[in-house]
Amino acid sequence: MSVDEKTVRRIAHLARIAVTDEEVPHLQGELNAILSFVEQLNEVNVDGVEPMTSVTPMVMKKRQDGVTDGGYPDKIVRNAPATEDSFFLVPKVVE
Amino acid sequence: MTELTHLTIAEARDGLKAKTFSATELAQAHIDAIQKAKALNAFVLETPEKALAMAKASDEKIARGEARPMEGIPLGIKDLFCTEGVVSTAASKILGNFTPPYESTVTSNLWNDGAVMLGKLNMDEFAMGSSNETSAFGPVVSPWRREGSNVSAGASGQIEGTHLVPGGSSGGSAAAVAAHLCLGATATDTGGSIRQPAAFTGTVGIKPTYGRVSRWGTVAFASSLDQAGPITRTVRDAAIMLRSMASPDAKDTTCVDLPVPDYEAAVTRGVKGLRIGIPKEYRVDGMSPEIEGLWHQGAEWLRAAGAEIVEVSLPHTRYALPAYYIVAPAEASSNLARYDGVRYGLRENGKDIVDMYERTRAAGFGREVKRRIMIGTYVLSAGYYDAYYVRAQKIRTLIKRDFEEVYAQGVHAILTPATPSAAFGIGEKGSGDPVEMYLNDIFTVTVNMAGLPGLAVPAGLDSQGLPLGLQLIGRAFDEETLFAAGQAIEDAAGRIALPQPWWA
Repeated sequence: MSVDEKTVRRIAHLARIAVTDEEVPHLQGELNAILSFVEQLNEVNVDGVEPMTSVTPMVMKKRQDGVTDGGYPDKIVRNAPATEDSFFLVPKVVE
Repeated sequence: MTELTHLTIAEARDGLKAKTFSATELAQAHIDAIQKAKALNAFVLETPEKALAMAKASDEKIARGEARPMEGIPLGIKDLFCTEGVVSTAASKILGNFTPPYESTVTSNLWNDGAVMLGKLNMDEFAMGSSNETSAFGPVVSPWRREGSNVSAGASGQIEGTHLVPGGSSGGSAAAVAAHLCLGATATDTGGSIRQPAAFTGTVGIKPTYGRVSRWGTVAFASSLDQAGPITRTVRDAAIMLRSMASPDAKDTTCVDLPVPDYEAAVTRGVKGLRIGIPKEYRVDGMSPEIEGLWHQGAEWLRAAGAEIVEVSLPHTRYALPAYYIVAPAEASSNLARYDGVRYGLRENGKDIVDMYERTRAAGFGREVKRRIMIGTYVLSAGYYDAYYVRAQKIRTLIKRDFEEVYAQGVHAILTPATPSAAFGIGEKGSGDPVEMYLNDIFTVTVNMAGLPGLAVPAGLDSQGLPLGLQLIGRAFDEETLFAAGQAIEDAAGRIALPQPWWA
């Protein structure tokens, strides 16, 4: 399978990455090189094979459903580009 | 006395204990070496004040007879590990001046064992690369040069001539250890990012079994493949450092609750009675005869030391790299969705929130990272998920099964080359076709796909005078056998003479 320019723009939007008109053909070529490289996987017979879900056989750890951390909003927002009263600020999303 | 920067971790530990020198002297010797090595671009942030304060605390501990396992040992930290109060960037513009209010479990473990932080090391952006050329801070220069090469450090401290890459993504870690700027460095490995740079720089690197080392506080690339490990100058040093890095961790549900063995004790175990497998599928087209010869030599060394050498088959080997280039980008596209200009790092304002996200991510991510996010987005998108992602995860099951069948035949470890070639020059690979760069990981990536431990150990020099490494692959959670066999190779090969400081 290969991608056309329209698909490249669609993927870029799904990935929330702005692309310029000049970038699209380059990205298309690079993505198609990778997609053509992975094409060889179609040679493998995977009938009856379970997809991997855990690479090491282990039981998932569980813990008490209790609060063990937190209570420091100033630390949480300290690295944010825009904040107000311990809240993250974003452009208006609801009119 | 040997120069302080040329000691191994084991020698430094013994010298500190015997009070031959102080932790402060040891830290200062490294701070001075780093000052003279700026042309290598191995560090993205130096923390000399912190190093000296930590060394002073170590000297006090030593004076009281309370030295811990890594007391006073100066280390470099790959900039993928979050360090409290110290800027952590993953070598990406998108993290900006992100200053974590917490410490990663790995670095916490090292500081609790007395280690000293010299600074943060350069790397490929978000650990995506095999040459350290994708870093937002510019490439790292390998301390190695081809014989007869004209590469030099000019009067202005700039490198002149086409230099070699140190490998990647842990290129700063490997270069700093090889150039004697630190005694050891933390590194991470998703497809070969510890073992390939170790092989390129004549250093030792181990990627532990998935789950042996906590991933908490380490910037995520592909969560089912990422593992942290050390890069050092000897096998023994890797054993010492891994013991401190590894631990159970309630904060990482994929981190195992197994006690950490005394890896250093395993180093002198020897290989008598071990059965070592040689997988025929690793004889790939176009492999250099020097690598092939070295591989054969490595098997002979192990045989001479008492191991039994058997040919084994891992039939799905050739599918590991293409399957990896579906699984790893898929996980990366999901992990890197968090960089949205809201909670930390860079923000580029836009006309609405989606425009803000798109501009921020366009400005903040480099080319390789964007490419992988987009491939990952595509293979996870509606209509393609089964054809790409689910198929790749099925092939991953087959790759793991190959190893299980070999180990069920009584094989204790597997010997392969670490890389298909020695280090290459900057700009030589992957400028047109990204796959050309990806092929560097052909021998290492199977190990991540199967979650197994892999050790790269230097084994010789090629005709250009550049180091070549061998890889030992072990059973899950049997790093000890790798240290024993790795030491046998190091003993037989002799320690590689690292480059003289032409950059200083």
